[in-house]
Amino acid sequence: MFLTSVLSTAPHIERAEKKTLQGSGIPLTIESVSKTFNGDAGLVEALQPVDVEIAAGEFVCLLGPSGCGKSTLLNIIAGLEPASSGSVFANGERIRGTGVDRVLLFQEAALLPWLDVQQNVEFGLRQAGVPRKQRADIARHFIELVHLSGFERHYTHQLSGGMRQRVAIARALAIDPSVLLMDEPFGALDAFTRDHLHAELEAIWSSTGKTILFVTHNVREAVALGDRVLVFAPRPGRIVSEFRIDLPRPRALEDHQVVDKTAEIMEALREAIGEAA
Amino acid sequence: MAKTLDQSPITDTPTVIQRWRKSTWGRWSIRVLFYVLLVIIWQAIFQSGIWPDYNVPSPLEVLSSLLTGFQSGQFVPVILASLGRLVVGYAISLGSGLVLGLLIGRVSLLKETIGTLVLGLQALPSICWLPLAILWFGLNDRAIVFVVIMGAIFSITQGVEAGVRNISPIYLKAARNLGTRGLALYTQVIFPAAFPTILSGLKQGWSFAWRSLMAGELLYTTIGLGLLLENARDLLDTEQVIAVMLLIIVLGVAIDALIFAPLEKMTRKRWGLNG
Repeated sequence: MFLTSVLSTAPHIERAEKKTLQGSGIPLTIESVSKTFNGDAGLVEALQPVDVEIAAGEFVCLLGPSGCGKSTLLNIIAGLEPASSGSVFANGERIRGTGVDRVLLFQEAALLPWLDVQQNVEFGLRQAGVPRKQRADIARHFIELVHLSGFERHYTHQLSGGMRQRVAIARALAIDPSVLLMDEPFGALDAFTRDHLHAELEAIWSSTGKTILFVTHNVREAVALGDRVLVFAPRPGRIVSEFRIDLPRPRALEDHQVVDKTAEIMEALREAIGEAA
Repeated sequence: MAKTLDQSPITDTPTVIQRWRKSTWGRWSIRVLFYVLLVIIWQAIFQSGIWPDYNVPSPLEVLSSLLTGFQSGQFVPVILASLGRLVVGYAISLGSGLVLGLLIGRVSLLKETIGTLVLGLQALPSICWLPLAILWFGLNDRAIVFVVIMGAIFSITQGVEAGVRNISPIYLKAARNLGTRGLALYTQVIFPAAFPTILSGLKQGWSFAWRSLMAGELLYTTIGLGLLLENARDLLDTEQVIAVMLLIIVLGVAIDALIFAPLEKMTRKRWGLNG
């Protein structure tokens, strides 16, 4: 496959033995992970100890209102923040800081504004020491994948919000991570762009089989995308319930089954928030 | 009933004159015209005799002084001497300023200590360093270069510090997440992210360096543009005074156009108007 033939010559991109050649996802184990911040007003328990098992290639949505620890958990899994207690295991190994097998996508795309689209997408590859020509080829492949061919020389300020997110996705995919951590990536976009990106994301997921953790406060989005939905509640941040979404794919936001399931979850959310209030 | 477009009194298409004014040819023509007009007014003032001709020489006399200076071979070594001091002084300021600014920007303790010193020293006009510099280095070039350094280094340091301090933390998060480590974090993320602010610090530093150089050269006689000015004044050669002033202006503008303007243009192109 194009991807593996090109990537196999990059010495610094490590592969876990349990993954298949297609670069598919790895399982995650979150063991009693909690996070407490030392704020001005004293200790703030952002996340109570959570235990979650995520299978390889599973699409899990973390759902909840603001301030319930979902983003914190994602940052911990990405290695950008240390957990106050507990550990995260990626493919059986305890994680230690950031790793290119777990890439985080932010709400604001976080493109580097002094680089154009091509250079942004190549960024991770450059850090991995991939030679110039290969970098360019891989980057071009992913830019095409997110339907942005022709925009390689554009700079961030010349792109719309939706385009920036697509570049961020291309940039993340270029280094072939086993886990995609997405922190409300479509939150700042309009409904049309969001629907379009849902479809693109689902296509990417089904063809690559990566493990995806998707944080959102939009219940319907969670139901439309996820295999599983973990519902969080705030103050203190914790998981209050879990739903399995067994609906056939591809799903559309208007599907009756999606709408029904959404209603079910929203009811559960209301109860959970009601308890916390 | 709705008005059709061609009945609208507002026209969107620019007139021929508006388009010409926006074109490069148009813009330069207007500038040249403006300066030619200024010279004509100058000549008129000269010929009117309001002021004596030893105070206000004619534009032709100034031009002739300029040309003689170059033809006699007097100007070129002088220009090189002045620029040489400027370049050496600025280079030292640049190197030290980058390091110092980076340290102050990243280490809070240093900001609270050395940072305040930098702020304080910047309040001292750099030319005030000349007496001390002469006492330290003696009556030579190094004293002036020292003054140039004192002029530029604090601006550059502050520009670097501000740039480094004001980087959006999300760039660092994203970069670390994509596998950036150690030195690469500084060269590939921190420095480019801070560059627009650093550039304005560099520009300001350059401006102060230029001023410090001229002030130093005027006060302390050594081969340079400042000495030329002094000599001309001494000899009551107003043409030469104005000619050298024009020369200094042209040098300053040329350096800005050749070095800083392209850098600013590149920054604006990449960052959009936020750069």
